[in-house]
Amino acid sequence: MAIPLSYTVRSLSARKVTTLLTAAGLALVVYVFATVLMLDEGLRKTLVDTGSWDNVLVIRRGSETEVQSAVEREQANIVESQPEVASSAGGPRLLSKEPVVLISLNKRGSTKPSNVVIRGITPASLELRPQVKIAQGRAFRPGSSEIVAGHSIARRFEGAGIGERLRFGLRDWTVVGLFDAGGSGFDSEIWGDADQLMQAFRRNAYSSVVFRLTDPESFQTVKARLESDPRMTVEAKRESVYYSEQSEQLSAFIRYLGITLSVIFSSGAIIGAMITMYAAVATRTGEIGTLRALGFRRRSVLWAFLAEAMLLGVVGGAAGVALASLMHWVSFSTTNFQTFSELAFSFTLTPRIAAESMLFALVMGLLGGFLPAARAARLKIVDALRAR
Amino acid sequence: MYTLRLIVRNAFRHGLRTALTTLGIVIAVLAFGLLQTVIGAWFAGVDASSATRLITRNAISLIFPLPLSYEERIRAVPGVVATAKANWFGGVYIDKRNFFPQFAVDADAYFKLYPEFVVDAEQFRAFQHDGKGCVVGRKLAQTYGWKLGDAVPLRGTIFPGSWEFVVRAIYRGADDKTDESQFFFHWDYLNERLKKSGPRRANQVGFFLVGIADGNTAAQTSQQIDTLFRNSLAETLTETEKAFLLGFVSMTEAIVVAIRLVSFVIIIIIMAVMANTMAMSARERRAEYATLKAIGFAPPFLAGLLFGESLFIALCGGVLGIAATFPVVHGFGRLMVKLFPVFQLSMATVAMQFAAAALVGLFAVLVPGWNAMRTRIADGLRAVA
Repeated sequence: MAIPLSYTVRSLSARKVTTLLTAAGLALVVYVFATVLMLDEGLRKTLVDTGSWDNVLVIRRGSETEVQSAVEREQANIVESQPEVASSAGGPRLLSKEPVVLISLNKRGSTKPSNVVIRGITPASLELRPQVKIAQGRAFRPGSSEIVAGHSIARRFEGAGIGERLRFGLRDWTVVGLFDAGGSGFDSEIWGDADQLMQAFRRNAYSSVVFRLTDPESFQTVKARLESDPRMTVEAKRESVYYSEQSEQLSAFIRYLGITLSVIFSSGAIIGAMITMYAAVATRTGEIGTLRALGFRRRSVLWAFLAEAMLLGVVGGAAGVALASLMHWVSFSTTNFQTFSELAFSFTLTPRIAAESMLFALVMGLLGGFLPAARAARLKIVDALRAR
Repeated sequence: MYTLRLIVRNAFRHGLRTALTTLGIVIAVLAFGLLQTVIGAWFAGVDASSATRLITRNAISLIFPLPLSYEERIRAVPGVVATAKANWFGGVYIDKRNFFPQFAVDADAYFKLYPEFVVDAEQFRAFQHDGKGCVVGRKLAQTYGWKLGDAVPLRGTIFPGSWEFVVRAIYRGADDKTDESQFFFHWDYLNERLKKSGPRRANQVGFFLVGIADGNTAAQTSQQIDTLFRNSLAETLTETEKAFLLGFVSMTEAIVVAIRLVSFVIIIIIMAVMANTMAMSARERRAEYATLKAIGFAPPFLAGLLFGESLFIALCGGVLGIAATFPVVHGFGRLMVKLFPVFQLSMATVAMQFAAAALVGLFAVLVPGWNAMRTRIADGLRAVA
C-alpha cells in the first residue's frame, strides 16, 4: 500500500525555509535551461518566418550570404525569363532584383557600431513578402533618397527612427516610414529604392534575385536548369531554406552553451536537493520506523521520499518556467556571425519547452532524491524506532 | 584557538552534508571561473592590441573596400610611420565549420607592424619567394595538422573560385596573449587574380593598417586621415586597433552580457544551497545554542560560530574549486581552440572566484546567524529539531 501523497506535501510544507531554498536553487537552473531553449526557439522562429517556401532566392555560387553575393544584370535577366516565375495579378512578374549591403550604424546612446542590412527593393518585393506592412509613416517614393526601417532597427539605432536622417554614399537619406515584418528577420533591415541604392553604393551587380514559383513543386526543375546553365554562376535555394541556414551557427552556439551550462548548474541544484532530502530522512528516522511498523513496505517508503524530491523538482520547475516566461517581454539583439549583421529576436516560450523544462526539473529532483530515499527504505524498523 | 577548533568540529559533524555542500561550491566556483574566462577570451584580441596601430576602413561598413591609391596619401600624413594593406578573405577550408581568419596582406609591411607574430627568418624568406605561399599560426597548423610545404585549398566566398596555398612559414606568438590561429597570404596574389577574373574588384583594399610613431597622437592622426577623404566616393573611418576590435566585441555584446549574468546565477544557486545547509545546522543546534547562552556566552559569539563555520566550508570549496579551474581551463581551451584561440585564466578571475566563495559563505549565514542570536533561551532549550 502506498503512503498517501498528503504526507509528502505536508512534510515539505513543515520545513518552509529549507523547501523554499532548495526549490529556489532548482528554479534558477530551470530558468537558465528554459531561457536558452526559448532564445534558440525565438531565433529559429524569426528566420523561419522570414523566408517563404514558394519563394526562390538566387545568389552567386559559393557565396553563402546575400551580402557576399553578386548577380550580374545579364544573369538576373536570365533568371527572370524562366517559365516557373509567377506573375502577379496585374501582369508583371513576381520577381525582385535586390542589392543587399551592410552599413555600420551606432546604437542609440552609444558610439558602439553594428552592421545593419540595407536592402534595395522593387515593387514586387512587397508582394513577395506579404508579412511586411508599413506600420508608421509611409512607404518611400520610388526614385528618391527616402528609406523605410524595420521597427527593431528604428528602436535600436541612431538615425533610423522615423523623420531621422542617415548619411551614406554622399547623400542624406530620410527615414519616412517604419515597417513591421511580423517578427521576421526583415524587422532588422532597412529598405530603400533598389536603383537609388545601387547608384549610391556604385554597384553594378545585384546581390540576389528573389522570385515566386508558379508551382511550389517545380523548384527542383528550375534549380537544375539555372545551375547547369553555362552562362550562370549562381545557386538557387528556397527562401525558407536559405534563411534557416543563416541561423545554423548562432543557433548551435546558443544551444551548446546553454546545454553545457544547464548540465553544470544542475549538478549544483541536485546537490542542494540531496542535502535537503538527506536531512529530511535523518530528522524523520523515527517517523519512518513508525510507518514501517504500521505495515508500509520498504518500497512505499522509497516512493514517498522519491515523491517528495520530485515534488520539490516540480515546485522549482514551475517557478523556473514562470520566471522564464517573463523573458517574453525582453527582446534580444546580436550580430549573427554568419551574416555579420544585426539580428533581433525574442524569447519564445512554447508548450514543448515548458514540458521539457518541467521534465528537466523532475529529473533533477529524482537524481537528488534517489540516494536519500534508498537510505530511508533500507532502515531497519528496530533501529529506526530507537533513533531519536 | 579553542573557538577555531569548535568551528572546525562543528563543520564536520555532518560529514556527508558538509562534503556535498563543499562539492556544490567547488562546482559553482569552477563554473564561474570558466565563464569569466570565456568572457576574457572574447576580449582577448582587444587586450592584445597595440596603441600605435590604427585601422582605416570604409566609413559605410567593412564590406566596402578602399581604393589602393589611398595608401600613399595616408603615408604622407604626419605621424604615420608605416602602412600595410589587408583584405579579409573569408574562404572555406573543406567545410563551413572549419572557420579561421584569413587575410591577404602585403607581408613585409604587415609583419613589421605586428612584431608579436614571430616568424623564423628563413621560413619568412621562403614565404616571400612563393607567390602562393602562406603564413599560418602555430595553433592553426596544429588543429589541421599542416606542416611546411603542405598545400591548403580554400573555397572563396567573397572572392569566388578555388584558391591554392602552400604553407611556407608558421608563426608563433611573442606571448600567450597573441592569437596563433590566423592565416596570411600575399595581397598581390589576390589582386593579380582579381585583375583577370573581375577587374572592377581589383586594386581595392579591405582596410589599411597604419603604424604611428606615438600612441598619444592616435586621435589627431585618425582625424587627419579621415579629413583627407571626406566627401570622396570612399570616405574613411580611422580608429585605433583597440577601438576597431572593441567594435567587433560590442556587436555580440548581448551574448557577453548574457554569459556574465548567467555566471552570477550559479553563485546565487549555490548561495541558496549553502544557506539551506547552514539553516539546517542551526536549527538542529538550537538547544545547544540555548545552553551556551545560558552558560553566559553572548549572542554575537553564537553568530560568530555559525559565521566561522559557513566561511570555513565556503572557502574550502572555493580553494578546491580554484585548484580545479586550472586543469579544466587548460583542457577546455584545447577543445575550443577554434572558437577561442586565446583562452587564459587570469589572476583577476581567480580573485573573483575567491571573493565569490567568501560572499557565499557570508550571505548563507545571515538569516540563521540572526535567528541564533535572537532565540530566547527557554524556547531554544525546548526546541525539537
